[in-house]
Amino acid sequence: MGNHRQILLANIKEADQHTLAGYESRGGYSVIRRVLGMEPLKAIEEVKKSGLRGRGGAGFPTGVKWSYVPRNSRKPVYVVQNADEGEPGTFKDRLLLERDPHLCIEGMLICAWAVQSRRSFIYMRGEYCFPYMRVNQALADCYRAGYLGDNIFGSGFSHHMTLHRGAGAYICGEETALLESLEGKKGQPRLKPPFFPALAGLYGCPTVVNNTETLAACVRVFELGAEAYAQIGTAKSKGTKLISAAGHINRPGVYEIELGYPLERFIAEECGGVWHGRKLKAVLVGGSSFPVLRADELAGVNLDYESLQAAGSALGSGALIVMDETTDMLAAACNIARFYAHESCGQCTPCREGAGWVAKIFDRLAAGRGVVGDIELIESVCGQIAGHTICAFGDAVALAAQGFIRKFPEEFKARIKGAGKHLPNGAEDVSRLKGV
Amino acid sequence: MKLSERAETALAEIKKKYPAEKSAVVPALYIAQEELGCLNEEALAWVAERTGVQPAHVRELASFYSMFYSRRLGRYNIQVCRTLPCALRGAEKIVEYLRDRFGLKPGQVSADGMWSYEEVECLGSCGTAPVCRINDHYFENLTPQKLALIIERLTVEKPDLSYSTILDSLGVGLKDYPKSEIV
Repeated sequence: MGNHRQILLANIKEADQHTLAGYESRGGYSVIRRVLGMEPLKAIEEVKKSGLRGRGGAGFPTGVKWSYVPRNSRKPVYVVQNADEGEPGTFKDRLLLERDPHLCIEGMLICAWAVQSRRSFIYMRGEYCFPYMRVNQALADCYRAGYLGDNIFGSGFSHHMTLHRGAGAYICGEETALLESLEGKKGQPRLKPPFFPALAGLYGCPTVVNNTETLAACVRVFELGAEAYAQIGTAKSKGTKLISAAGHINRPGVYEIELGYPLERFIAEECGGVWHGRKLKAVLVGGSSFPVLRADELAGVNLDYESLQAAGSALGSGALIVMDETTDMLAAACNIARFYAHESCGQCTPCREGAGWVAKIFDRLAAGRGVVGDIELIESVCGQIAGHTICAFGDAVALAAQGFIRKFPEEFKARIKGAGKHLPNGAEDVSRLKGV
Repeated sequence: MKLSERAETALAEIKKKYPAEKSAVVPALYIAQEELGCLNEEALAWVAERTGVQPAHVRELASFYSMFYSRRLGRYNIQVCRTLPCALRGAEKIVEYLRDRFGLKPGQVSADGMWSYEEVECLGSCGTAPVCRINDHYFENLTPQKLALIIERLTVEKPDLSYSTILDSLGVGLKDYPKSEIV
């Protein structure tokens, strides 16, 4: 945790912050009490005004998402907290869930009031048992205190919250896969449209799905006031963001930064620089699902939605994986390709088959059995995956793989023995890959 | 068929938390796995019966989610994260150590039933890499030496490292050992 302006993490170091008494001693649950006295539509307007955007990866404006929920729907409205943190390099929600679980709950209650939802679910990845117990305890304490259940805070409003444990599937972080999973099905993304679960989400009812950090940030939006919150950050990227810094750095950890903070400075100062006094070679920003950035591409790049997009990457979940000069990019590519091959949910053929092929070809290159045309073959397979799948996972497979081979072509070419026959159009011929 | 009274009660309570019974299939799978040691035919049949879901659908879920097992694991199942952030900080050394220490292949169980190990994808502990998850507890900032000590202590102290869906509680773990090292 860095020395920046700490808004979201203001109380994270307090030993009793995870308890109800500790949380309330620092002003906890005062925001929701106030929000419950506001017109729900006014609450949505405030979130819109704050400029808060989704912190889970897509960066969609939170208030706009909430406003899509139909008013006076005859169906129940659901709120779902996406705590299925699984993007490689991402561990910021875990910190919030473990150390400040009530903040995650209070944020959810704000959303619940704004969209007039009586029932919500926290979908947490199955591996997170310690954070699960922290949130579980927090929920029990809230029910006992009358902060959850019927007539919460004596307001006349009722809201029930259920903690749901996932069972090990990266894809359930995709919001429609998460909803499928919560309904007791395989976590496979839904066909779009509808583009937003706000219209047809959980059990076919209007649903808001927000990331843990996004909901926690909502508490701060009302605490500071939307205008004050919108003063933080850049013109289009408002507020602060948690960055999970990992890899070859001296001080890995979760840092809160003001959006727009320079990336190179973040690595050098917050993260304590590259370890062992080595030089920086590359970084993956936003998780593994976007193209890798070379060290020479980082000048002038800032940690915000627009700057990273312009640099050909993305802020994503706020993950930062740093690689030093000794890193073998082929080994890194193999690792990420294997991850995707393992995690493809298997629904769409291009992704299910393609992710496996990409991993196999990278592995073959790493094993010294690469043949001329392999790099083109990876490009071709990626081209057949990207844009041809139900969800963005397929695009991630392609973007990640293409990122490595395009940014470090010499490292990949050097691994080709030239042993195989050159196929000018070899990319089309996948039959020869049998038995790889 | 019937599981223990406490397992049946736990599922009945969990079902109340969802608007649709089908949502309780995953919790039911956890309960059956806990009670029977793995998801064998009996376990799958129980889940189907209790949740009113087709047996084929139950089987589909059990194979889709990686935290469900059709065969018993060791008393301590060690999951090593080998995804990039852990790999960059020495996960390979942890894997090598475990292979040498137990002589097991991923998924294999030691002859005494005490140990099994798996290589898994990102556990969300990249800032404290490399990491292992032993049953339901995380062990972070590992070195082979540190892991050797942990394994030694597990052998002697035999602590409960598992989350119980039936009791809705997490085993106490190793005495005086941090439950989380995240910063």
